[in-house]
Amino acid sequence: MKKIMNSPDTLVAEALEGLVISFPQYLKQVPGTHVLTRATPKPAGRVGLVSGGGSGHEPAHAGYVGYGMLDAAVAGEVFTSPTPDQVLEGIRVADHGAGVLLVVKNYTGDVMNFDIARELAEAEGIKVATVVVNDDVAVENSSFTTGRRGIAGTIFVHKIAGALAEQGASLEEVEAVANRVIAHVRSMGFALEPCTVPQAGQPTFTLADDEIEMGIGIHGEPGIERQKLRSAHELAQSLLEKIAMDLPLKAGDHLACMVNGMGATPLLELAALAREVSLWSKSHDMPLDVVWTGEFMTSLEMAGASLTLLPLDDTLRTLLAAPCDTPQLRQGVHHD
Amino acid sequence: MTNTQFQQLWVCFGQAVSKHKDELNQLDAAIGDADHGTNLDRGLQQVLEKMQAASPATLQATCKLVAMTLLSTVGGASGALWGSGLLAAAKVFPDTDTCDDKTLTQAIQAFVDSIEQRGKAVVGDKTMLDVFVPALSSLAQDAEPITVVVPEIAAHAKEWAEATASLQAKKGRAAYLGPRSVGHIDPGATSSALWWQCLGRIIGGSV
Repeated sequence: MKKIMNSPDTLVAEALEGLVISFPQYLKQVPGTHVLTRATPKPAGRVGLVSGGGSGHEPAHAGYVGYGMLDAAVAGEVFTSPTPDQVLEGIRVADHGAGVLLVVKNYTGDVMNFDIARELAEAEGIKVATVVVNDDVAVENSSFTTGRRGIAGTIFVHKIAGALAEQGASLEEVEAVANRVIAHVRSMGFALEPCTVPQAGQPTFTLADDEIEMGIGIHGEPGIERQKLRSAHELAQSLLEKIAMDLPLKAGDHLACMVNGMGATPLLELAALAREVSLWSKSHDMPLDVVWTGEFMTSLEMAGASLTLLPLDDTLRTLLAAPCDTPQLRQGVHHD
Repeated sequence: MTNTQFQQLWVCFGQAVSKHKDELNQLDAAIGDADHGTNLDRGLQQVLEKMQAASPATLQATCKLVAMTLLSTVGGASGALWGSGLLAAAKVFPDTDTCDDKTLTQAIQAFVDSIEQRGKAVVGDKTMLDVFVPALSSLAQDAEPITVVVPEIAAHAKEWAEATASLQAKKGRAAYLGPRSVGHIDPGATSSALWWQCLGRIIGGSV
């Protein structure tokens, strides 16, 4: 294992300090916690948004703390849900009198720890609503299991719900729009190379030179199927077909797409994948209104990518295009 | 059970998890994310430090201290489950130095009920319940004194954990693997077996 760190035990705490040092105009740390919040708090009366989860997914989630997106991000250990007391600190700092929306990715640990935190916050009289993102189509959705995982589609939820919260909408309205995104956003990813959890020191799975792991999550866990490496064209095709079938999509649907790198994939390759998405959408008569290409929700130094599609209506398109100003995402900032 | 025995149980469990940390991580690597041993060990070492510093005087106080420490230091599903389970057990334990066998059984029952509720899992889902539920039913049904029953349960705990290998995971991160989770022992069931082995040693008087 080769990583830039002093020790696996201090990596998360040191990185949080480093994020504040790197983005002081956006972020400050709630003292004594693993919670990063806005350097300039949102005005009173607006709904607060809190997300979080294990570390190792940077820029998620602290990278999305700022105007038009999150109010606080709670970081756990690498790939480990944060604890309820930490989430509670995030809720407290994000509450500006209009309640707080928790955006949780659908993992057993995250769901339980955020639930306990919500119970604690409600006992303090803070109004809290929770939405659970489950965009990963690789995992079969069955009511008898844990259900689908939450992956990169979560960032579209941050963006859209965050934009509505900034306009002064009520907690119920912000929750409803978040759930509307969740109902329609779908993703799927694959790995070319595994990642190594700092505490473990060994990769969580191994792949031969010509193998990929299809349907991976974002925690270095194995995916659903091992396959032979294929061309960018074929990879995009198989992910998009699976996503389109799940939704289902139809000709004429307008789409937002996220081409997300897993941590060690060059922009060169992500851009090639973005081109394939565009070709696919043209051939299926589904206009691509929005394309985000880059690293949004990573899995340490895993090589690979995920694709996310979100069919847009007028409301979702407007909120997705609304201004935001965060360490990772800046749009609608006007020049002379 | 006395408060001293209950505290010895956590010392024993902390040592056992520390000793088997790598093994628990390796089991987790096969079907999860390779951190079960690390996370539980981090929490239990904190428990031992805090228990020594605060030396809680009653069963209830000890149980609450262990619960809150695990809840705020372990993270992941294990932290939430052990933490909320022990908070439920703390409500059953008396605020005194000792409790009878029936109360101990009721406290473990409250622990199991709470983790079933929080985790929405049942026996056969390939989780810690695959050790805790059969252990609890032996404890609740057996007419023998717990000094006899608990060491017997402890002797079976490892088998119950190992039997999770044949199960397909229905809850937790391993569930995403579907049929590929079969053939691997559940790390949460394995650490739960370590807890019962410690309880067996404490109650049986070999610690």
